[in-house]
Amino acid sequence: MISKRIIPCLDVNKGRVVKGVSFINLRDAGDPVELAAFYDREGADEIVFLDITASHERRKTVVELASKTSEKVFIPYTIGGGINNVEDVREVLKNGADKVSINTAAVLEPDLISKSSSIFGNQCIVVAIDAKKTSKGSWEVYIHGGRTPTGIDAVKWAKQAQSLGAGEILLTSMDRDGTKDGYDLELTRNVVEAINIPVIASGGAGSLEHLRDVFTIANADAALVASIFHYGLYTVRQAKEYLLARKIDVRLTGRK
Amino acid sequence: MYIAVINYNMGNIKSVANAFLSLGINIEVTCSPEVIMNASGVVLPGVGAFHDAVKNLKDLNLYNTIKEVIKQNRPFLGICIGLQVLFECGTEGQICSGLGIFRGNVEKIPPGFKIPHMGWNGIKIIKKDSKIFKDIKDGESFYFVHSYSAVPQDLSIISSTVEYGSELVSSIEYGNTFGLQFHPEKSSLCGLKILNNFADMAFNN
Repeated sequence: MISKRIIPCLDVNKGRVVKGVSFINLRDAGDPVELAAFYDREGADEIVFLDITASHERRKTVVELASKTSEKVFIPYTIGGGINNVEDVREVLKNGADKVSINTAAVLEPDLISKSSSIFGNQCIVVAIDAKKTSKGSWEVYIHGGRTPTGIDAVKWAKQAQSLGAGEILLTSMDRDGTKDGYDLELTRNVVEAINIPVIASGGAGSLEHLRDVFTIANADAALVASIFHYGLYTVRQAKEYLLARKIDVRLTGRK
Repeated sequence: MYIAVINYNMGNIKSVANAFLSLGINIEVTCSPEVIMNASGVVLPGVGAFHDAVKNLKDLNLYNTIKEVIKQNRPFLGICIGLQVLFECGTEGQICSGLGIFRGNVEKIPPGFKIPHMGWNGIKIIKKDSKIFKDIKDGESFYFVHSYSAVPQDLSIISSTVEYGSELVSSIEYGNTFGLQFHPEKSSLCGLKILNNFADMAFNN
């Protein structure tokens, strides 16, 4: 059967890796391609790059990133950030990326999901959702890197994205992102149960128990991980050995 | 000596080319029948729909070239859609004839699980002495992305299978003709090992 996936996430600004803390404080941490190649050797199942460069030249930077990565990384990788139209999708995929992740542009122009998935296939269109809990106990979609509330319900949006042709949902809890308090299991489970496409849970991973819980309690298909790995708390292999010992099916390879 | 990687406008050719380059293997990315016929080995990669793949091969006059390569038993490796087009008939969106090298059709994965079958899955190696699986252990995981799957009539060409609700064909082999349903170029070290095994075989053929 298909393994649960562990996906290191690299935030990229002007060609360098940073780790965002609740979308605000940034810290430089190296060359994205070298880091991705390192995680490939370490046994990561995929890589997600999120380009947060504020520039009109963003298409050029993500296409360059896709191209350079394809020379050194031999696991699937997704590029998000700066994907605003079908041409952006085409260029990034043509240069070696397996998937693109679309966030703000998908909310502003949902047609972009249907257009790109019909041309390139559902499997390469990931819709990224940044969600924040409301006082009513539901979750609201935010866009523009978490700065703009939309009034849209996150679970409903995930369903709509699926029906428009999204192949996967990358679901980030803004409340948990950068906290190391664990994934938002309730949010994740609600979205997982509402749709039939894979859900990548994101935001809040601080320990191996958090990874276990997001798979066993929230039933996510994949877990996005940043600081646990970036700061060397655990290796990918240690995380997978821990999960395997708890009967969670993962692909075990890489450095001990 | 080189491996020809066929460029026929079916998606991510670059990843396959880069995988060979990272192994130090000499390749030509080409759509020229002559360059293909003079290669030590031929790779047909591809991501996309069956009928587009067949159409593009015909438009580029490669349909018969590939048949000739296989007829002469030259080392050939089809990846994903490059495996599927070797069969008689595709059913993706529309019924479409393939190259018909092997009897059988390409059919939608049986319902029950999420489609596409996407992600890392362990394969069961049936042909234990396969040259392409040299140093690959039974049960090793590879990266799959597909909604349709080859159903050969001749079961003896199946070299490995993968479990996804039902048992799907993950690779085929007949003489020097090989096909992989998974993506070796996206399957990390074990995937690269398979590409290296193919090149070794092609250069020593």
